[in-house]
Amino acid sequence: MALSSGADRGSHSMDKSITLPPDEIFRNLENAKRFAIDIGGSLTKLAYYSTVQHKVAKVRSFDHSAKVSVQETEGDPLYEISVQEEITARLHFIKFENAYIETCLDFIKDHLVNTETKVIKATGGGAHKFKDLIEKKLKLKVDKEDEMTCLIKGCNFVLKNIPHEAFVYAKHADSEFRFQNTHPDIFPYLLINIGSGVSIVKVEAEDKFERIGGSSIGGGTFWGLGALLTKTKRFDELLQLASKGQHTNVDMLVKDIYGGAYGSLGLTGDLIASSFGKSATTDKEFSKEDMAKSLLHMISNDIGQLACLYAKLHNLTRVYFGGFFIRGHPVTMHTITYSINFFTKGEVQALFLRHEGYLGAIGAFLKGAEEDNPNQYSWGENYAGSSGLMSVSPELNPVQRARSGTFPFDMLEMDRLERQLVNLPLLQDPTSYIPDTVDLTEDVLAREYWLYCFEEALDGVVKRAIASQKDQPKAVERAEKFRQKYRHKLQTLRHQPFAYGSLTVRSLLDTREHCLNEFNFPDPYSKIKQKENDMALKYYLKVVKSVEELSWEQRQFTLVKGLLAGNVFDWGAKAVSDVLESDPEFGFEQAKLQLQERPWLVDAYNQWIERLKGPPHKCALFFVDNSGIDIILGVFPFIRELLIRGTEVVLASNSGPALNDVTNSELQILTERIAAMDPVIHTALKEDRLALVQNGSSSPCLDLSRLDKVLATVVRERGTDLVIIEGMGRAIHTNYYAMLSCESLKLAVIKNSWLAERLGGKIFSVVFKYEVPSNIREIKS
Amino acid sequence: MDIGGTLVKLVYFEPKDITAEEEQEEVESLKSIRRYLTSHTAYGKTGIRDVHLELSDLILWGRKGNLHFIRFPTHELPAFLLMGRDKHFSSLHTTLCATGGGAFKYEDDFRTMANLQLLKLDELDCLIKGVMYIYSVVSSGPPECYYFEHPTDPERCEQKAYNLEDPYPLLLVNIGSGVSILAVYSKDNYKRVTGTSLGGGTFLGLCCLLTGCSTFEEALAMATEGESTCVDKLVRDIYGGDYERFGLPGWAVASSFGNMICKEKRDSVSKEDLARATLVTITNNIGSITRMCALNENIERVVFVGNFLRVNTLSMKLLSYALDYWSKGQLKALFLRHEGYFGAVGALLELPNPS
Repeated sequence: MALSSGADRGSHSMDKSITLPPDEIFRNLENAKRFAIDIGGSLTKLAYYSTVQHKVAKVRSFDHSAKVSVQETEGDPLYEISVQEEITARLHFIKFENAYIETCLDFIKDHLVNTETKVIKATGGGAHKFKDLIEKKLKLKVDKEDEMTCLIKGCNFVLKNIPHEAFVYAKHADSEFRFQNTHPDIFPYLLINIGSGVSIVKVEAEDKFERIGGSSIGGGTFWGLGALLTKTKRFDELLQLASKGQHTNVDMLVKDIYGGAYGSLGLTGDLIASSFGKSATTDKEFSKEDMAKSLLHMISNDIGQLACLYAKLHNLTRVYFGGFFIRGHPVTMHTITYSINFFTKGEVQALFLRHEGYLGAIGAFLKGAEEDNPNQYSWGENYAGSSGLMSVSPELNPVQRARSGTFPFDMLEMDRLERQLVNLPLLQDPTSYIPDTVDLTEDVLAREYWLYCFEEALDGVVKRAIASQKDQPKAVERAEKFRQKYRHKLQTLRHQPFAYGSLTVRSLLDTREHCLNEFNFPDPYSKIKQKENDMALKYYLKVVKSVEELSWEQRQFTLVKGLLAGNVFDWGAKAVSDVLESDPEFGFEQAKLQLQERPWLVDAYNQWIERLKGPPHKCALFFVDNSGIDIILGVFPFIRELLIRGTEVVLASNSGPALNDVTNSELQILTERIAAMDPVIHTALKEDRLALVQNGSSSPCLDLSRLDKVLATVVRERGTDLVIIEGMGRAIHTNYYAMLSCESLKLAVIKNSWLAERLGGKIFSVVFKYEVPSNIREIKS
Repeated sequence: MDIGGTLVKLVYFEPKDITAEEEQEEVESLKSIRRYLTSHTAYGKTGIRDVHLELSDLILWGRKGNLHFIRFPTHELPAFLLMGRDKHFSSLHTTLCATGGGAFKYEDDFRTMANLQLLKLDELDCLIKGVMYIYSVVSSGPPECYYFEHPTDPERCEQKAYNLEDPYPLLLVNIGSGVSILAVYSKDNYKRVTGTSLGGGTFLGLCCLLTGCSTFEEALAMATEGESTCVDKLVRDIYGGDYERFGLPGWAVASSFGNMICKEKRDSVSKEDLARATLVTITNNIGSITRMCALNENIERVVFVGNFLRVNTLSMKLLSYALDYWSKGQLKALFLRHEGYFGAVGALLELPNPS
C-alpha cells in the first residue's frame, strides 16, 4: 500500500489496516486502460478494460523440415501441439463500499504500470464529491457522463451479452429466482430506476431512449421518512426492520372500513385502503418494525402502480427494475413484484437484473471505449472471475469486515469473444428456445447429484491438468489453485444455485473450463486427443472398407452404430474415463458390444431409414463431439455416406478446447489427413461439398442461440435442411427439447447411470431422436 | 349517511312546508331530533354541521325544505348510535340509507344498539348520483363547480366558476382516507379505474406520527406554515439547476423526504416543514396517478372530491398546478363545494319515496 501523504486521510483510518489481495481484486491492472467509475450513495463501481495473457494450446501439422529437433519415439504423430501465449481482452468491474474508495485508489495507482490512459469516465451522484480525490490519486482527468445515458447503455449491454441476466423474483416458489431467456431483440423495454426518486425510462433502441416519467416517492422517501419515523439511520437496517414488521397495525385495510371485502369491486379485505390510516385515528404507540413495513408497502405499491400505468400507456410488457432500492434486496424485490402482479393482474412481470448494480459503470465505460467498438463484439461472462448474484452478504457489519482483514467486494469479468455470436437460423422459435434440458436451480435432486458428481470428478481433473503440463513451471501449484477455486464455486452454488443464472450441467462444465483457463490449463486433454486421433486414423480405411462391403440396409445400420459406438469414447463422462484409464485396449469393436440392443431408449431409427430411402438432403449441419475414435471412425464414415448420397456436409466444431472435444483446428488437420487417404473426402473438400466451420464456443455443451456468425451465414447460404447433434453434452444436457425448423437427428449414448435412470434406461442406453417439424411433414404427405 | 374510514357524513333533509295537521301527527321523537339537528352547529366534541354548505328551499319528493350537512369521526359512531337509541330513531318509521364501508361493517351495531335497519348502498354509485344531483340543484350562491385559473402563476391564480352542464366523460377522483379514481361516461356508466392507499388518511396518519398533532385541522394549519423544500430533495439539489436532458425543472421534487436521510437536516427541520412536505408528497402523488389515468382513459376533465380537500386550498392549488404543468395545459382540475358529502347525498336520494 502507498504511504499516506494527504491531509484528508484521517477519516478513513480504520481502513488502513486492510490489505488488498491482488490476485482477487483489481486483477490485471498492469495493462489496464479506459477507466470508468460510478459512485452512488453508498457503493462505488469501478470499471476498466485490460488484456489477459494466457496460454493456449495450438496444433499444427508437422512440418517435416522442423522434425529434426523434435524426437518422437512413438512413430509419427500427425500434428504437434505447442503452448503459446495469447492476449485476449477482458472487462473488469468491481463494486465496493464508498468507505474504501481511497484505499482502492491507492492500490490502483500502485499497480497501474504502463497505461496511456489520461481520463476516467465518471457517473453517479457521488462522482462530483470524489472528483478531486480521484484526480489527485490517479492523475486522471475526471470526465463526467450523464447518469441515465450510462444506465441505459449498461442495461442494453448486459441484456445482450449475458444469458440469464434478467429474472423474475418469486419469494415463495421453490427457486426464488426465475431466469429469463435472452430475447434476440431486447427492445423495447421500460426501465424503472428507483434511486432516491424514481425515473421511468422507455428504451426503444441502442441510442433511443426517453424519460417518460417518474415519481418523487422513491428510495430516498423510504430512507428519509423511515429515519424520521423509526430513528433508524441506515437504509439496510430500515429494510431489516421492515421485514420484521406487521403493516396491518398501521395501515387501514379494506376490512377495517368494510368489516370484510368490498366484494362488488373485487377488493379483498386485506387490501390497504389507506397507508398509515390507523396512525391517524388512534393515539397509541406504533412499533418501528410496523411503521417501516407500512412505509415499505406504501412506497413499493405506489411505484408498482405508476410503473403499470406507464407500461399500459406505452403498451410495453418488459419492465425492468433497478436502483439502490432494489439492488438485490429480496424484501423490495418481493414487494415490487407483488405490486406489479396486483396492478396488472399478472399481465406484466417485474423483471430484475443480476448485474443491476453495475449498469452505470458499464455504461460509463462503454462511453469511454467507443473507439474500441465494444458493441461490435460478443462478450461472455467469465464465471471464474465473477462473484455471482448476492455474493456480498449485507448482514456482515463493518466491524466484522475490518477484523477479517479485507473488505467485501463484488466482481464481474467479461471476456471479449473472438467471434460474434448469433442465433442458429434454424431455430423454430428463438424467443422460447432454452438450451438446457434440466434447470438445476429448480430440480433439487438433480442439483444435488450433479454438484456431487462434479466434486467427485475434481481430483481426476486436477490430475489430468498436471499430467498435461508435466514440464511446465508450477503446474502442481496452479492445479491446486484451480482445485480450490472450482471447489469454492461448487460450494457457492450449493447454497446459491442462482448465482450465475439458472444452474445447469452446462454452466457447471463451463465454469470448470473457465477456472482451468484461469490457471493456465488451456487444454488438459491435448495430448490424449493427439494420441487418440493418431490411433483412430490407422483404422479409418479398414472401417470404411468393411462398411462398403455391406448391403445398403446393413450399411446404414452399421454407420449409425459406429457413430454411437464412437460416442462412447468420451473422457468427460466418469464411467468411460474409468474404463479407458484402466483398460487402454477398450476398443471400437468392444464399444459396439456395450451398446444397448434395439429397441433403443429413444428409437426413431426406422423413420430415419425410411427417410433415407427418399431424396437426399441438400445440406447437413453436423455438430461434432469428441476427438479420436468418435470423429474419425464414427462421424467420418457416416458423413461419407451422406456425401455419396449427394448431401453437402458442414462439420461444426468447437472454436476452443473443452474436455476431449475435437476443436476446429484439430479437425482441419484430421480432415486433411483423411482426405489424403480417402478420395471421397478429398473430392468433397475440393468441390466444397464438405465444409468445416467453428461454432464459436469452447463448451462441451451447445447453446444454439450463441453461435458463430459465420456458421449462421454458411447454414443459410447452403440451404441446410438437416441438423445432426451428437453426444451427451450437446444432445442430452442441452438441446434435447430444442425445436428446429428443419429435420434433425439427436443421438447420444448415455454414459452416466444416474442420468440413464432418470430417462428410464440403463447405462449405455442409446438415444436416437429423429424429428421432422410438423409443417415439413405436412408438405410431404 | 356515508360511513367512511375516518369520517361519517350525514345529510338531513328538513321539510319546511310542514302543515299544522302534519305537525299534529308527528311523533315527539321526530320533533326532538329535528330540533336537535337544526338548532346546533356542533354535536358533542367532534360533530359539526357545515352551515355554509346548507342548501335551502330544495324540492325533494315534492316537499320543500333545507338540506343539512353534518360530519363526525367514524370512531364516534358508537356514541351516535347511543344517541339514536336515546332519541328513539327507530320509532320514526323511516329507512336509514347508508353507504361507505361502515354501512357494512356496522350494520349489526345499528340493529343491536339502536334497533335501526340500514338500507345499504354502494358508495361509488352514491358518489356519482350525489355529484350530479347537487350540481343540478345549486343555482344561486357560490358556484358548486370551480377551478383555479392560471394555476402556474401564484400572482394571478384565482378561483373561477366552471360550467359542468355537459359533464361526460369525466374522471372523478375521490380523496378520502384512501383514493378511488372513477371514469364516468354517462349517468349510469362508470368504472373504477384504480385507487391508491396514499390518501387523506396517510396525510393525517403521517403528520400525527411526525409532528404529534391529532386533528386534520391542526395538521393543515402546520402545513400552511411550513416549507417543504428543506425536507424534500429537489432536482436542483442534485443537478445544481434544471436537468435539461430530460426537461426536469430545478424546482421539481426529485425525492420526497430525500433530504431526511441526513442527520443534520433531520435535526434542523421543523414540525411545520414536515407537515408541509407530507401534504405536498401525498397531493403530488395523487396528481401524478390521476394524470396517468386521464391519459390512459383519454379523459381531459378531472373532478376532485372528498374530505381531504376540505379547507385545503393548498392541495387544490397544487393539484391544479401539477395537472396543468405536467399535461402542458391539457388537463383541467375541477373542484366541488360540497366536496365530502356526495356519497351521503347519493344515499339520501335512494330513500324510498316517503309519501
